[in-house]
Amino acid sequence: MDGWSGSILHIDLSTWTYRLEHPAPATYRAWIGGKGLAGFFLYPHIKRPWNDPALPLIFMAGPLVGTASPTSGRMSIMSRSPLTGAVGDASVGGSLGTQIKRAGLDGILVTGRSDRLCGIEIVDRRVMIRAADSLRGMGTDALHARLKGNGGLACVGPAAEAGVLFASIMVDGSYAAGRGGLGLLFAAKNLKYLTVKGSGRVPVRDPRELKKAREDVFRLVAASPVLLGEHGIANYGTGALYDLMDSRQMMPTANFRRTRFNGAGAVNAAAFRRHYLPRRTGCKGCHILCKKVGRDGTPIPEFETMSHFSALLENDRIETVTQANALCNDLGMDTISAAATLACYAEISGERLAGPRILALLEEIGRGRGLGPELGQGSFRYAKARGRPELSMSVKGQELPAYDPRGAYGMALGYATSTRGACHLRAYPISHEILRKPVATDRLSFAGKARIIKIAEDLNAVVDSLTSCKFVFFASSLEEYARVYAAVTGVETTAQDLLLTGERIYYRERMMNALNGFSSAEDDLPARFFAEAASSTGALSREEFLVTRAGYYRIRGLDPRGMPTREKAAELGLVWEEQGGS
Amino acid sequence: MKQLLDKYARKLVAAGLADEGAPLLGGLDVELLWNRSDRACAELEKLFQGLAINSLIFAQPAEPYRSLIDYIALHAAGPIRPSDSETRTFMHEIPVIHAFEAEKMITALKNRKSVIIPGQGIVAWGTVSPEQAFVSFSSICFACFVKFFADYLTHLRAGRVSEEEQRVLRHAVARLAPLPQEPPSLMAGPFASDAQVRQAVTEAGRLTVEYGLVDSFFGNISYRFENILYISQTGSSLDELEGCIDPCPLDGSSCTAITASSEFVAHRELVLCTGMKAVLHGHPRFAVVLSMDCDRRHCGARKACHTRCPEKRLVGDVPIVSGEVGTGPYGLCHTVPAAMAGRQGVIVYGHGVFTMGRQDFNEALANLLAVERMCREEYLRRAEG
Repeated sequence: MDGWSGSILHIDLSTWTYRLEHPAPATYRAWIGGKGLAGFFLYPHIKRPWNDPALPLIFMAGPLVGTASPTSGRMSIMSRSPLTGAVGDASVGGSLGTQIKRAGLDGILVTGRSDRLCGIEIVDRRVMIRAADSLRGMGTDALHARLKGNGGLACVGPAAEAGVLFASIMVDGSYAAGRGGLGLLFAAKNLKYLTVKGSGRVPVRDPRELKKAREDVFRLVAASPVLLGEHGIANYGTGALYDLMDSRQMMPTANFRRTRFNGAGAVNAAAFRRHYLPRRTGCKGCHILCKKVGRDGTPIPEFETMSHFSALLENDRIETVTQANALCNDLGMDTISAAATLACYAEISGERLAGPRILALLEEIGRGRGLGPELGQGSFRYAKARGRPELSMSVKGQELPAYDPRGAYGMALGYATSTRGACHLRAYPISHEILRKPVATDRLSFAGKARIIKIAEDLNAVVDSLTSCKFVFFASSLEEYARVYAAVTGVETTAQDLLLTGERIYYRERMMNALNGFSSAEDDLPARFFAEAASSTGALSREEFLVTRAGYYRIRGLDPRGMPTREKAAELGLVWEEQGGS
Repeated sequence: MKQLLDKYARKLVAAGLADEGAPLLGGLDVELLWNRSDRACAELEKLFQGLAINSLIFAQPAEPYRSLIDYIALHAAGPIRPSDSETRTFMHEIPVIHAFEAEKMITALKNRKSVIIPGQGIVAWGTVSPEQAFVSFSSICFACFVKFFADYLTHLRAGRVSEEEQRVLRHAVARLAPLPQEPPSLMAGPFASDAQVRQAVTEAGRLTVEYGLVDSFFGNISYRFENILYISQTGSSLDELEGCIDPCPLDGSSCTAITASSEFVAHRELVLCTGMKAVLHGHPRFAVVLSMDCDRRHCGARKACHTRCPEKRLVGDVPIVSGEVGTGPYGLCHTVPAAMAGRQGVIVYGHGVFTMGRQDFNEALANLLAVERMCREEYLRRAEG
C-alpha cells in the first residue's frame, strides 16, 4: 500500500509486550486513518470505564502524514474521555505523527497497566519500555528537554498524576492534545511518556500528481487572508481571531455573563507581537506555520487560551495570560477547561481573580493541592457539587471554547451536537459565520444551519482522518484534498466519496456515545444562553434551537431522541445494536 | 432559504448571466425548496440525494455567454481549463457532460463545483449557501468569455480561425452591452468621517457593478482615512457593501484585516506608495482578455505568464503585470504597487485592473472605465486582423 504502512503496533503495558497487526487494505480504505481508523479500534471497547486497563489509548496518523501533502503533520489521539464519558479524541500537531509514519507504523494502541511508572521508546519498529519512576511529578517542559533527542514525544505532566479530569497530553513540548482529559489515560496505564523515532520514508503512489495537487492547495492558501494574509494566522498565530471576536462582541467574558471585554486591546495578537517579538514555527509538513514563539522562547498562547485567560477571567495583564498558558502546558492541563473552570469558580465564589491568584489556583489544580482536587474535576462536577450546576458553561461536561454561541447560531448547534462535548472544531462554523469562507452565512440565524453543521461535521471527520489541518480548509476543500489523497494512496476517490466516509465515521461516534447513554438530553447548551442576552445580541430562542436540532437529527439519520437507527446505520455499512460494545 | 433562493435568482438576472425566469434554484435544509416549479426539478432532486450539498443552481446562461460556453464546451475534448486567475485559483477545471441526466451530473459534480451541459445550461452547487453556486455560475461565464475572446486572437495569429468561430465572435460582439460614455459623478472627497468613508466606498462599489466593470459583483475597493484603510471584506459583493467594510489600522495595532479582501496588502502598498487615498479593483472583461494576448509564441516563460512574465507589456500606456491572488511569493501585491506610479491603472495578467483616486473614487472609476473602453476598442481592432 502507498500512504499507509499497513502496520498497527499494539503495546500491552500489563505485560510489557507488543505485537504488530496488519489490517486488511479494505479497513484502511473504509476508515482512512487518524480518528476514522482509531474509532474502528475503539468501538469494541467504548463501554469500558476510562481507567479499565483494557480500554485502548490510540495514537493514529493518517495516510498523508509524512508525505509532501500540505499541512500533513498532524495525527489523532483517541480513547474514551474521562471528562465527559463520551468519545474523546484530539487532533494534534508537532512531529509525533510524522515519526510514527517514518517508523513504518500507522498507529499505536496502548492497553494494560504497568505495575510501575514507565515510558515507551520506539525506534523504527523496535519497542523499548523503560521504568520511569524517577520522572514522577516531572513537568512536561523538563521531560521534553530530557527526551527531545528521541524523536516525537507525547507525555503528561503532574496534572494527570493528580487525577485532573482535563489533563492533557503534550506533544513535543508545546502541542497539546488538550481536550477531554486524555492525559488521564496515561496515568491510568502508569505511562509517563511515549517517544517515536523513524528513519523510513512514506511511499507515495504518484509524486507528480501530488505535486500538482499540492500547488493547487498552495495557491488557495496564498489567496486566503485568514491564512497567509497580512493579519492572518501565519503572521499572528490563531490569536489573529481575537480582534474579530471583540469587534463582533462575541468574546466570552466573566464566565459568559457578557460578550464584550473592555481590556481586549491590551491582550490582542498585536499586543503579543509587540511584547514578545514572536517568530513563526509549526507542525512538520506545514508551510502556514501558525505557531508563535517569542524571541525569549515564550510560547504565545493560541486564540482560545488567549481569550479565556483574559476576557473570561476579566484579566487584562498579558503576562498572566502567557504564564497561565505556560503553566497549564507544563502541568499538562487543557487550557480551555482550566480557564473555564476558574471562571465558574469565580462566579460561584464571588471572587475576582487577579493574576497571581489565577496562577496559584492553576498550580493547586495541577498538583492536586488546596482547591485543586475539587476544581480538577472540571466546572461541571464542581458547580454541581456546589449546588450551582447552571453556572458550568459546558456541554456533555466539557467547557465551551471562546466563541459565544449567542453570536453565532451555527456554533450554538455545533457545540450541542459535538460528539466530544463543547467543541468549536467538530463543525468549525466560524469559517462561514465569521471568516466568510467559502461564503458568508448569517451568523444570527438558525436558517439552513442544521444541514450545514451536519455536512461540516462529516468534512472535519475526514480532515481528522487524513490527518490534515483544519485551518487549511479555510481556503481549500475536499475538491483539492481528494486529489492529494488519490495521489498519495492510489485510491481513486472524489470529494463526495470522502464526505460519505466522513458521515460513516461521525455516525459511528454517535453510536459510541449512544452506547454510553448519551441522547438529546446531552446535546444541549447551558440555560444561560437561552435566558440571558449577550452584550450586543439577545438570548438564543429555545424554541428555534430545538426545532433546528430536531432538523439536524432528521438530516443525520437519528431518531427524535438523537439515537442512531438501524436503517441509517445499515445504509452507512454499520451495524447498530443498542447493547453493542464491551 | 426561500429568500436566499429568490435573491440569487434575481442576482443572476441583474448581472446579465441569465434571462428573466431562467434560473432554477433549489435549497435543502430539512425540506427541499425551489424558487419556482419546473420540469427539471424532478431530475435535479436526485442531485440532492446523491451529493452532500445544500443548494444548487441550474440555468441556461444569457447571451452572449450561452453561445460562447456552448462553443467552447462542444469543442473541448474533456474538461475545460481556462487560464484566467479565477479559474486557475478556485475552479481548476470545468467538467462538461452532454445529457441532462442525474447520474452523469452527480459523477461530474462529485469532484467539481459545477458542470456545463451544452445547449442546456450550467449546474452549480453549494454546501452552505446558494451564494456558492452563484459564484461558480458567474465564474464559469466570466472564464469562458475570457477564454473564447483570448483564444480567438491566438487562433487568428496562427491563421486557424474557423468560420464557426468567426460567426460566434460576431454573434457575441453584437450582443455586448455598450460601455457608458461618461463616468458617473460620485461623492467628492476628501472624506472627513468614518460614516462618509463607508458611504463613499459603498456608492463606488455599487456603481462599479452598475457600469459592468466587474465580473458579476466581484472586485475590491478601499479608502484611506487618517491611518485606517477601509476595505471591502473578502468575498463581498461590490453592490452590497453595507456592513461589509473592514476598518484596518495601518499601525499594526489590530488584526481586523483578517476578513478583509485578499488584496489588502496590495491596497495598503498602493496608498502608501502613491499618497493617494482611493483604490478600486475590478475585473473588466476586455482588459483581462487583452492581458492574455501575447505574440511571443516561443517565450521561455510561456506557461508562467501569470507568475513571472519577463516582458514589460503595455496596452496603450497601461502596464500589464503578472501576479497571483493574495500574498504568496508570486502575489500581485509584489507587482502592482511598483507599476502604478504615473499610470492610469495597472492590469494584472488574466485577472483584472487596479486604478486609484487622489481624494475620492471619481478618478478611480473614470480610469477603470477608460481602461476597459480602450481595451475593448483595441481588442476589436486586433480581431479584425
